[in-house]
Amino acid sequence: MATESIIEVKNLTKMFGKFTAVDDIAFDVKKGEIFGLLGPNGAGKSTTLRVLSTLARPTRGTATIGGYDIVEEDNSVRKLIGIVSEKMIMYNRLTAKENLWFFGSLFNLPKDVLTKRVDELLELVQLTQWKNAQVGTFSTGMRQRMNVVRALLNLPQVLFLDEPTLGLDPQSSVEIREFIKKLNRENGTTIIITTHMMVDADLLCNRIAIVDHGKIVAMDTSANLKKIISGADTAIIKLNIPNLSSVLVEKLQALKCADAVTQESETELRLLVHGDEAFDNIIDAVRANDGKISSMENLQPTLEDVFLHITGHQVRDTADQKIPLEHRRFGQGPRRIR
Amino acid sequence: MRNMTLKTLMSHTLRIAWKDLTELFRNRLGLVLLIVMPLFMMVMVGFIYPTNGTVSNLQVGLVNEDSGFYNSTLPSQTFIVGLQAINNQTHMLVISNVSTVADIKDMVQRGDLEGGIVIPSNFSESMMTGQQGTLIIVSDESNPQISATIQAALRGVFDAMGTVIAQQKVAPLNATNTLAVVKPFNVQTQGVVSGNPSYFDFIAPGIMAMTVMMSVMTGLPVAISQEKEIGTMDGMMVAPINRLSIILGKTLGQTARGLLQGLIIFLLAVGLFGVAIQGSILLVFGLLLLGVFAFVGLGIVITSFTKDQETAQMMMMTLMFPMMFLSGVFFPIQQMPWYMQAISKVLPLTYASQALRKVMVLGAGIPQISTELIVLIVFGAVMIAIAVPVFRRMMTR
Repeated sequence: MATESIIEVKNLTKMFGKFTAVDDIAFDVKKGEIFGLLGPNGAGKSTTLRVLSTLARPTRGTATIGGYDIVEEDNSVRKLIGIVSEKMIMYNRLTAKENLWFFGSLFNLPKDVLTKRVDELLELVQLTQWKNAQVGTFSTGMRQRMNVVRALLNLPQVLFLDEPTLGLDPQSSVEIREFIKKLNRENGTTIIITTHMMVDADLLCNRIAIVDHGKIVAMDTSANLKKIISGADTAIIKLNIPNLSSVLVEKLQALKCADAVTQESETELRLLVHGDEAFDNIIDAVRANDGKISSMENLQPTLEDVFLHITGHQVRDTADQKIPLEHRRFGQGPRRIR
Repeated sequence: MRNMTLKTLMSHTLRIAWKDLTELFRNRLGLVLLIVMPLFMMVMVGFIYPTNGTVSNLQVGLVNEDSGFYNSTLPSQTFIVGLQAINNQTHMLVISNVSTVADIKDMVQRGDLEGGIVIPSNFSESMMTGQQGTLIIVSDESNPQISATIQAALRGVFDAMGTVIAQQKVAPLNATNTLAVVKPFNVQTQGVVSGNPSYFDFIAPGIMAMTVMMSVMTGLPVAISQEKEIGTMDGMMVAPINRLSIILGKTLGQTARGLLQGLIIFLLAVGLFGVAIQGSILLVFGLLLLGVFAFVGLGIVITSFTKDQETAQMMMMTLMFPMMFLSGVFFPIQQMPWYMQAISKVLPLTYASQALRKVMVLGAGIPQISTELIVLIVFGAVMIAIAVPVFRRMMTR
């Protein structure tokens, strides 16, 4: 098991005018690791990725990839990396094969090597039979597969993935996740992934850096991050109350021991609570408001809870989550009141 | 080593240009528009622009108020017969008899007539008593162009008739050449080249120059901002290639597109509109390439300042209109007020279309267009010197 660092980020800052998108971050990524940058939209994840992949210049600080400086030796860095952007990097009017051939030809590979590699990559993502079709005619899943293999043309040691499952259906998401794991397992590719999806981070990453407002607020394995909650006298409980009312929800939200109250369905509540008497207080509050508890469950903490615990706000801040209409009266979505 | 670098630069440049052209040729509608646009421009401007030679069938009213002289209206009758005889050859006018001047004015106002001729009541009297006969032309001031044309046409007719009458009068002098007596000067017009150039000859070079140069000046910003917007630019930027090959490749692609469009206009002009090319065709295309060179720098500077495609499009429209009208592509610069002429003199397109026109219409060679060549080369070099650092900065944000 190699333990040497392939990426070293040193006090990296990126500003756009007066706005600090990335605020003095530092971290190392080990060779062969899957490293996740988790945080809400606008936290600075994508900017970090763009700076590391030489697409943007840092305002202060720098980083090395494979020992090369991302500013001074950008072309050496570019030979080592591949990037899967949130936007699909491909030309709709070119065929799958032409697209790969075009981007591959920018890496100065010998013709026979490139030809072979294009065929192999198309085979790898089961697009061989569509290789002569223009990618504009492809489905979203096919396009995302193309988007991923396009980044592999130079057999990169480090692969950056910016929200790779964004906008994909669950099945395509699973496929992409499996593909990333396989790539990491079989080729030893180091993978840096940004996401605001807890599932992605949880299922894929060896280590996760939680990013908020341009800063890394926590960085560890998923299991260790969750221990922050277990060790902090905090619990997550799920209540099923058949006669749940909005009054009751408000009462619970007003409780001191409740850090977060999220209504998950018409009868279900998810609570992040702290303190020895939290359970008693909650049960008392429910009874006092004529609520009937049909079931109560002690849940394992998720990364979402960790994020909430550390930053004081939720990750799912934008429209990536569909909120049932009847719940909208509670606000813009699952929210937390303190 | 340096040689290798140059070779890879060229190879990447060609790849990018090839990619752009493949995309272009797969876009059927775009390709059709590429041909239709210059065709429209030629047809519209070419057919609408009025030229004296092509005016015909103007509706003109004739009022004969001549009261005669001792019961003789011979002079006015002679005049009418003569007018009709000349018009039968030129078909310039359609003459209808109208009873009064007021009627003519009324018919002009209603749009039934475009002008009128009035023979005053004392016409025969004047002519037969040794005085000048007066003829009145009624013109439609709402349409200065037509009014001027009618006036010129009628003056020509009157002049010809006057000459004939004068010749008859001097006949008794026994001169050997009566025409030489009444008209001592014989004015002839001779062009620099043979043939009879039409307005198409005037606009074809201008439209060619404009289209080719617009392709780099405005096509480049649009093409690059589009790639930035859809994200494909990142795909090129993350490859270990010289940034210069991106802009060179894009420029090459756009130049090829522009030259293709130029060639289409050239073929349309020659094949469909009968434009005769007097100079060297090689020089024509050489000039178009020089025009591209002159505009590349400007195109890159605009590219660096436009963040998205919409801005690029708007920038293109904003620049295209003044260029189109002030560079003498459609209208002669000499027609413009002095301040517009001043602006025109600083626009490179003016020089490009002027040089192209000299070569295509007048058959000029390199020595005759040296001023234009120098202006274009200097302008291009200065713009590229500005563009390179600006572009570098844009690429490494």
